[in-house]
Amino acid sequence: MEKKLSELKPGERGAVVSVGGEGKIRRRLFDMGITPGAEVFIRKLAPLGDPIEITLRGYELTLRKSEADCVAVE
Amino acid sequence: MRIALIGNPNCGKTTLFNRLTGSTAHVGNWPGVTVEKREGQYKGLKKQTAERIDIVDLPGIYSLSPYTPEEVISRNYMIDEKPDLVINIVDATNLERNLYLTTQVMEADVPVLVALNMMDAVEREGDKIDVGIIERELGVPVMPVSALKGAGIDKMMARALEVPRERKGVSVVEGAISDILPPVIEFYSAEGVSSPLFHAIKLLENDELELERKGAKDAREKAAGVGEDIDLEAAIVDARYKYITTRLAVAKTRAKKDKFTKSDKIDKVMTHRVWAIPIFLVILFAIFHVTFSEDFLYIGAWASLGKGLPGVDELGLSEGMTTFVGIFYDGAVFSPGVILFNMFDTLFSTIMEALGGAIETEWLSGFIADGVLGGLFAVLGFLPQILMLFMWFSILEDTGYMARVAFVLDRIFRRFGLSGRSFMPMIMGFGCSVPAMINTRTLADKNERTATIRVIPFFSCGAKLPILTAIAGGICEFFGVGNADLITYGMYVLGVAAAIVCVLIMRNTTMKGEIPPFIMELPTYHMPRFKNLMLHLWDKTKHFVKKAFTIIFASTVIIWLFSHLNWAWHYLPDEHMNDSILASLGKFIQPLFTPLGFGSQIGAYGWVFAVAALTGLIAKENVIATFGTLGACLIAMGANVGSITGGELLADEEGIASAVAMITATGIDIPGLIAFIAFNMLTVPCFAACATAKAELKKGSFKWTLMFWVAASYVISAAVYTIGAWWWTCSFGRRSRRRQQCSSF
Repeated sequence: MEKKLSELKPGERGAVVSVGGEGKIRRRLFDMGITPGAEVFIRKLAPLGDPIEITLRGYELTLRKSEADCVAVE
Repeated sequence: MRIALIGNPNCGKTTLFNRLTGSTAHVGNWPGVTVEKREGQYKGLKKQTAERIDIVDLPGIYSLSPYTPEEVISRNYMIDEKPDLVINIVDATNLERNLYLTTQVMEADVPVLVALNMMDAVEREGDKIDVGIIERELGVPVMPVSALKGAGIDKMMARALEVPRERKGVSVVEGAISDILPPVIEFYSAEGVSSPLFHAIKLLENDELELERKGAKDAREKAAGVGEDIDLEAAIVDARYKYITTRLAVAKTRAKKDKFTKSDKIDKVMTHRVWAIPIFLVILFAIFHVTFSEDFLYIGAWASLGKGLPGVDELGLSEGMTTFVGIFYDGAVFSPGVILFNMFDTLFSTIMEALGGAIETEWLSGFIADGVLGGLFAVLGFLPQILMLFMWFSILEDTGYMARVAFVLDRIFRRFGLSGRSFMPMIMGFGCSVPAMINTRTLADKNERTATIRVIPFFSCGAKLPILTAIAGGICEFFGVGNADLITYGMYVLGVAAAIVCVLIMRNTTMKGEIPPFIMELPTYHMPRFKNLMLHLWDKTKHFVKKAFTIIFASTVIIWLFSHLNWAWHYLPDEHMNDSILASLGKFIQPLFTPLGFGSQIGAYGWVFAVAALTGLIAKENVIATFGTLGACLIAMGANVGSITGGELLADEEGIASAVAMITATGIDIPGLIAFIAFNMLTVPCFAACATAKAELKKGSFKWTLMFWVAASYVISAAVYTIGAWWWTCSFGRRSRRRQQCSSF
């Protein structure tokens, strides 16, 4: 089932299906390794609920929920 | 031979650079931007080669896309400056993402060597990497090293010297876009463009810089009609990562290991849902306490619950010993930062006194001791605390904690159009604006950086504290109302509020734009590298001292001359400052401050406030020191300053007595005084901070920043005065009138 990356809960896993957004943000998501097929694991939310911390490609990445909205996962 | 180092942030690039170059390294800026440029010479292998090997450390980047100045610098250097070799440093513990940059570097027509760094950490975790697989696959030398331990570096450099000085770019994405790529490459080759493969691929990625290039349109037309229905950018990135995961990452075999590493455990505490913010506040408090507190560990405060500790004068020591002990103790133990400050201060004042005493001519001795050295020492005296503050924050940055702070606080800062990253420089501003402004280099977004630099002075620094305490103390003593601590605290809050409002206004007017994205690596926690830290601090010291001896020095000498010469260029001793050029300037601009409550309405002696604000440009603690000096002038002029004598005013350290004398002589009211504090706090900062801001801001932006400071301080202080005066007449009107009657008797 396809979901937004921002909808996953801490502890859940997913694989990236597609990356939306545009320009700078999209490019940055790509460059940091968020590409179709990449496996992501939601580690935690920041104390104030946003941004989120994920593990992908063997490292930790943080991004805001608004940016995670651009990423579809399954 | 020229070698460029390229790699991701946190890949150990700086450590490797320091290993290779040692003391030959020097730090400058890349032309036009404030991104650090490190250069040096390779110090090893002297016997094997007579040739000089220059090493350039390119900024840490994740990709060669055109969005950050770092990326553009690295890319242009690699393509246009044609180094003889590019060493691509790859963090072996994080192969996939690091090799992504490698696939882009390989596309340029430059010789490449891949250094697999942090091999010691890989081995420690029990993992294995088959270097041979990666080398065969990439077709360039791949050398395992550990920059931290110094292992494999000589071997790597020996191999580096053997690498052929020519190489044609190769790409891993050709397969994915095979139908569209060749015509574009052909076009670029025919045009004589260097690294045609690199440019062709970037063009197809719709890279902004590439589209601006001459001939880009024609090149794109060569491939018109093909692939327009597919998302080329995504296809190219996808091809890179697919290649890495299927062909390169297989070289690494992972040992079975615990799910939680040490770094994970630390992180669990540091970014805890409940404890993250309290832990952060405690760390912050500890840093400021160790650097600035005059009551270390609150020993003095604890003791005062009982009998209290004796002051240094009450210990019955000889004069020399009193000075010596006074460096460390005065009724309370000083924090390490304050002790360092006192050491410098004692040394400087000894030099100044000795020199001042040795020179017979009064004006010359005054000029050298107070003008030249006094100005210089006023700035250099802060160096220990500036460096110490800088050191703590560098350690936090090095360990990886700073990225977590940004993670924790981003939510709050987004509301103001900033990211969590901008919090640190602002908080550093409470200590000193200079390191705070330099620290804004961690901000990727240009607008965010400019906005942050502009509001940093609003976070009232250590040197502004005497203005707050002296005037607040003066208000309480003279008017017998209010609470000095409360006023001081209120002014800090006013500064922060002003910063927030100004950022909001800037982000909605001159600096409109998206909130900078916050897609950031959270690096693994590790111990700070002592050597890197010391080299870093040394660079900062050199930079600051150079500034202190040039621009800051020149400005302070000018201000001193203006305050001790009259228009006929005759020297005036301190107590005749009222005849000086500076004083006449003060009198001239005095009416400007009328809306702020310390202008024309405070009478003939009111110019002292304007003059004090002007001398504050040297260093903000001069404001109160000037009150003392001018108080003595006023007595000489026959003004009523109360019962205090000129000698007492000149020796007044706390500044409260001086403030009271100023209030008595001018009859300024409380709203005017508060507006005066606000003005000094928010206006153009000291010369040291101005020089830093000029260096850190992009060209041409500094004059607007100066105007912003003047305008913001003027408007806010006028508002403070107007609101204060209105409120004052409403609620305290009768009382203050009565006081006026009393004082006229």
